[in-house]
Amino acid sequence: MLAFILRRLAQSIVVMLVVALISFMLFRYVGDPIANLVGQESRISDIEELRQRLGLNDPFYVQFARFIANAVQGEFGISYRLQQPVTELIVSRLPATIELAFASAMIALVFGVVLGVFTALRPKTFATGVIMTLSLVGVSLPTFLIGIGLIYIFAVELQWLPSFGRGQVTDLGWWRTGLLSESGRRSLILPAITLSLFQLTLIMRLVRAEMLEVLRQDYIRFARARGLSKRAINFGHALKNTMVPVITITGLQLGSVIAFSIVTETVFQWPGVGSLFINSVQVVDVPVMAAYLMFIAFVFVVINLIVDILYYAVDPRLRVHGIGAGK
Amino acid sequence: MAEAEKMTDPILSVRNLVVEFPLRRGLFTAVDDVSFDIAPGEVLGVVGESGAGKSMTGAAIIGLIEPPGHIAGGQILLKGKRIDNLPPDEMTKLRGKRIGMVFQDPLTSLNPLYTIGQQLIETIRRHLPLSQAEARQRAIDLLAEAGIPAPADRLDSYPHQFSGGMRQRVVIALALAAEPELIIADEPTSALDVSVQAQIIKVLKELCESRGAAVMLVTHDMGVIAETADRMIVMNRGRIVETGSVADIIKRPKEDYTIRLIDAIPSIRDETRRHVVPPSATPIVKVEQLTREFDLSRSFLDRMLGRSGRKVVKAVQDVSFEIRKGSTYGLVGESGSGKSTCARMLVGLIPPTSGRVLLEGDDIWAGQAATSKRRQRVQMIFQDPYASLNPRWRVGDIIAEPIRALKLADSRGEIRDRVADLLERVRLDPVSMRKFPHEFSGGQRQRIAIARALSSQPEFIVCDEPTSALDVSVQAQVLDLMRALQDEFKLTYLLISHNLAVVRQMADDVGVMHNGVLVEQGPVDEIFDRPQRDYTRMLLDSVPDISNVE
Amino acid sequence: MSAQETTSTIAAVAPPRSFLRRVWDSDVFYSFRRSPVTILAALVTLLLVGASVFAPWIAPYDPFNPASLNLMDGFTPPMSSSMSGNYFLFGSDHQGRDVLSTILYGSRVSLFVGVSATLFAIVLGVSLGLAAGYRGGVTDSVIMRIADIQLSFPAILIALLIFGIARGIIPPSRHESMAVWVLIVAIGLANWAQFARTVRGATMVERQKDYVSAARIMGVHPLRILVRHILPNVLGPVLVIGTIGLALAIIEEATLSFLGVGVPPTQPSLGTLIRIGQGFLFSGEWWILFFPAVTLVLLALAVNLLGDWLRDALNPRLR
Repeated sequence: MLAFILRRLAQSIVVMLVVALISFMLFRYVGDPIANLVGQESRISDIEELRQRLGLNDPFYVQFARFIANAVQGEFGISYRLQQPVTELIVSRLPATIELAFASAMIALVFGVVLGVFTALRPKTFATGVIMTLSLVGVSLPTFLIGIGLIYIFAVELQWLPSFGRGQVTDLGWWRTGLLSESGRRSLILPAITLSLFQLTLIMRLVRAEMLEVLRQDYIRFARARGLSKRAINFGHALKNTMVPVITITGLQLGSVIAFSIVTETVFQWPGVGSLFINSVQVVDVPVMAAYLMFIAFVFVVINLIVDILYYAVDPRLRVHGIGAGK
Repeated sequence: MAEAEKMTDPILSVRNLVVEFPLRRGLFTAVDDVSFDIAPGEVLGVVGESGAGKSMTGAAIIGLIEPPGHIAGGQILLKGKRIDNLPPDEMTKLRGKRIGMVFQDPLTSLNPLYTIGQQLIETIRRHLPLSQAEARQRAIDLLAEAGIPAPADRLDSYPHQFSGGMRQRVVIALALAAEPELIIADEPTSALDVSVQAQIIKVLKELCESRGAAVMLVTHDMGVIAETADRMIVMNRGRIVETGSVADIIKRPKEDYTIRLIDAIPSIRDETRRHVVPPSATPIVKVEQLTREFDLSRSFLDRMLGRSGRKVVKAVQDVSFEIRKGSTYGLVGESGSGKSTCARMLVGLIPPTSGRVLLEGDDIWAGQAATSKRRQRVQMIFQDPYASLNPRWRVGDIIAEPIRALKLADSRGEIRDRVADLLERVRLDPVSMRKFPHEFSGGQRQRIAIARALSSQPEFIVCDEPTSALDVSVQAQVLDLMRALQDEFKLTYLLISHNLAVVRQMADDVGVMHNGVLVEQGPVDEIFDRPQRDYTRMLLDSVPDISNVE
Repeated sequence: MSAQETTSTIAAVAPPRSFLRRVWDSDVFYSFRRSPVTILAALVTLLLVGASVFAPWIAPYDPFNPASLNLMDGFTPPMSSSMSGNYFLFGSDHQGRDVLSTILYGSRVSLFVGVSATLFAIVLGVSLGLAAGYRGGVTDSVIMRIADIQLSFPAILIALLIFGIARGIIPPSRHESMAVWVLIVAIGLANWAQFARTVRGATMVERQKDYVSAARIMGVHPLRILVRHILPNVLGPVLVIGTIGLALAIIEEATLSFLGVGVPPTQPSLGTLIRIGQGFLFSGEWWILFFPAVTLVLLALAVNLLGDWLRDALNPRLR
């Protein structure tokens, strides 16, 4: 177990280093960091002095090591556009994104798994046909259109729910939440549904495909031949085996909800890190882009680690060491 | 008197059973008007080649036909009561409780995520009114009866912690958990090695005898039936060809189909396809102390953390033998014995760790010249004719591939003529060259594979289980063809097989491999009639053979 | 069923069938003929592709010629004529451009970017997947690790990032002219990993098969084995995810353009049109957004339906 987790940790560190390298290259070579710090009328000698002071003349690896050291301390420099520390910017906008991502991940997971299992167990019914067709429409609808459509129906025509923003936000000191106020919760509904729909269809189709595959296996046939009840076979034997591959992909899908929120945040003017990122891309605000990349990579690595541990808990085949034990 | 009357009442009666599959290209009748009875405690063998409908009959009885297949006619009676028209719920309760089933592949029959104890207890409590503790005790007893050592300790193990043979014992224990009156065993030993097969048949037979359960044993292997069953049914194309006692059918078959079938089955005491090789013939291939190791150790980090050292497996260890020109050398052994690894080193697919393979004195692994010589003179025929032909290529291109790769002919016309000639030699119509492999049956595909092997005009052909994927009647034809071509082209064969009967028929010399080591070798009659090693003797004794029938 | 062969039946082989006959008889085409939804999807795809390819000839107006624009035509509702007497089937936008014509030209841009980006992703993904699957070892580890990392990020983020990098590198004066190509590269690079992973898996399966062993025994060059033997056998799944990938690429392009980082407004795609139309949705001029949106969804849905059918047809076990 320890060796397993340590190996995964080692892999995670490699991944983070690779992403850090990309971030650093982005930071260092895309756009000129000096040009963004000094005014037009600066003298050459001033610029040279600044380069020296910022260590831009040091060898590549020294600069990279410094970048990593700073990154570990959460130090990513100053945003060109907003002239504020990047870390501060991201941290202040993080709660909005995390609340949105968490809400939609829950919607996607619950409905995705339930509908996936349902359509796999009743493959030839009318309801399944409808759900499968709708899911195809779902993946064909771009997220931004879903958002616009929902706003048009529920905010403009019916006027049930707000069309943009987070509503009233409560400051808990370290976390600014919208969940404690009526308007905050109402504001969350439309963006959360918008963000969840794509992942929902994906998870549903994955669960369905895996479950159909498992239901064809010999051990399911043998379980039927032993006279086990339909319930025991479907939910005891088939569902558990379906979960093994589903956990991996679902975990990663849920992680990508955070990065995926870029579009939803733009449509709903949600003040999260996604809209911060998109605004930075438009004006090539490199420090923010680099930091956002590192942040997303970190989320990915953490989720990956959790997924691996879950996997390990579910599948006994991974727990036993030694090769050839199966034969 | 009551006892005698009970004996005559069949436990299972199948009457005019018809199973149909509506398919795109019309209705396929998998089981066609089949009727038979099984008496209590009887072992009924059902034998037939692939597509004979034997497994489908078993599936119909237990109510597990995969849609769109369905029972289209006839009746199935269990102790005189119809069960083919029961509602699904009642049929579910019947399965496992009154009819048990054992499937072919023990590696896939058990749910990998549950311990065998969980699976046993679940099944027992489903059918019998026992508490968790009682069910656990019963599970332990069942495993002990099925021959699992230290069953109380193994109850909490997962399926992957058992070997194939042990898993099949667990599967049998599961099938018998609720004391069913009838067991349907569908090819229960076909996925196992011969030595394990013999033990599993014994366990199955003993357990059923001690419980008075009847057995319907479905298999393609007449040898297994000969050793196990009381009565048998021969099926072909969904119909019953012949029914009778095992001894009657094997010794005195009446129908043409049965006669041909029995005739095609090789026996380890049968030497019909032998030919004479002058003992003075010079060796064409010499294998000297061939060794192949596989490094199975985990990654560096794992070794650091897991404290597991390097793990090197010697798949082949110090193997030496010679093959005389124009002869057939048979290499036999069970799965994992290293015989296929040997073959792959001989044809140049994997390099040996140490040792040499000499083709007419030249080491085939030394230098460019030896390699190109090997490529033209050594060819290989593989086990699975479905995987050995590229499905996207036309047969003509498949056969011509060695000619083109080795630049043995220049013009397209010349290549076409040679391919046509080769097709005729393997008894296929030259028109076939414009078709794709999927338009051919398994036996025909194996002929195409043979034609490809012959097209570079090799002297030495390595045949790795060439007939293991084929039905017996087709196997006989392919073996006859191989023999005829050997005489025609003066070929030398290395025949690798787990089927001792095939080796006995074809080989002049035999080597027996076990755990990577060549245990024993010599002329075929010496080895089969006077084996020196315990392992060889055990192997020969385990083979279920039709000549064993009294 | 099979295996019933005696020496007598061997001579009597049916003659080989013609290519068209085989296509018509094949299970794939059979399932096509049997599925009205699929036929409809194919027709819609053909119609949209045809309409966009021939846009310059069939569009009623040239919406990008400033000379032909008349501000008097602005905000004409669908199926009516403006004050200047021009008839607009789908209405006109704020500049008086015919919505139908902008859609025809817009689908042209969307399809061009989508198809090019998908082809780019296929070429890259298939080559890397073949290399990883056949070579194994370090090649495999490196390629697949990169693919794994990339697959865990949404394609839209990767595309945005690449787009941002390209903006930083390319001089601002050329941003507009390069935009389409940057978009193609960005979407292509964001989508290759899916192909690489699928092809690698299939290649590893095929590599183990004996027809590859047979070719290796006779000394066929590894590159030739890859191209002639393995490639044709792994193209089935590539076709399936390629079709679904095309739908995805079209949606990604629309999303990027909607976010304002895609093609320039002088050369609008469907996504740009929706971005423009969004501003007028709440003031009642719904048609400026509605018709481009419907076209986009129809296109994506039709292609997705085709992909879905292909997957089922090529993998009959899943039915």
